[in-house]
Amino acid sequence: MKKVKIYVTLRESVLDPQGSAVMGALHTMGYDEVADVRIGKYLELQVDDSERELDVIVREMCEKLLTNTVIEDYRYDVEEAVSK
Amino acid sequence: MKFAVLVFPGSNCDLDMYHAIKDELGEEAEYVWHDTKDLSGYDGILLPGGFSYGDYLRCGAIAQFSNVMNEVKKAADAGKPVLGICNGFQILTEAGLLPGALIRNKNLKFMCRTIELTVENNNTLFTSDYAKGQVINIPVAHGEGNYTCDAETLASLKANNQIVFTYTNDNPNGSVEDIAGIINERGNVLGMMPHPERAVHELIGGTDGLALFKSIVKQWRESHVSHA
Repeated sequence: MKKVKIYVTLRESVLDPQGSAVMGALHTMGYDEVADVRIGKYLELQVDDSERELDVIVREMCEKLLTNTVIEDYRYDVEEAVSK
Repeated sequence: MKFAVLVFPGSNCDLDMYHAIKDELGEEAEYVWHDTKDLSGYDGILLPGGFSYGDYLRCGAIAQFSNVMNEVKKAADAGKPVLGICNGFQILTEAGLLPGALIRNKNLKFMCRTIELTVENNNTLFTSDYAKGQVINIPVAHGEGNYTCDAETLASLKANNQIVFTYTNDNPNGSVEDIAGIINERGNVLGMMPHPERAVHELIGGTDGLALFKSIVKQWRESHVSHA
């Protein structure tokens, strides 16, 4: 079994209203160093080993459902899942 | 004319839509559950507003894989009128039936009020009963109605007159070019954030939405008489 960690962010070209609001708050708090804030999503999938190639199915799942490629980018890492 | 009002888990404008068709328009309407695998008996497909699947993941993301959506694609391919309002618009973009996407309102607020729209294109089966440039009052109620698309898509929307409604003076969500509603290239799939089904009777604050539904029925009648 593998653990797939997927990170989803709004594309650079898409305005992130949440990120802008949070950056405003950080500036109000005095963290003037913050130049940009982008808010995304983190998904963790436990995936059983199968005949299908993991990279292929992860990309399929990301592009069909988990992200909307019109507005979002994604990347992912794969780890061996530790059985509990 | 017989309309299907699709119902997803979390739809909440299905009753308004049904009422508008049945009571104000005097046409046939039926609620159709999201796992239905046949829409062939309907002449028009309506995707109502609400929060299908709790807006989990993204608005409309999960609903796009309901069984009924394959049938909606078939209906769209067959040239039937398909209208998505609010969450219905979000589902149509997620399903790829309309270009672009809807993201969080620029001001992060849920906007709920009646707003002025401009009819940019009255040469569609949904808007023929309006005048071009007519300003109408229609309620909006959404938190994620900020229409966005890449520059190429925007250019083609403009070139093909696919921008049907814009916010007249007061854009509630920050959408690009004040877009409130767009149509597909073929002209039979319309998505819009405002709620025409909530503006069909004087008692509920106006009747400016009625002409949209009348346009659909008129076009359908004309095409079915001429083909008879």
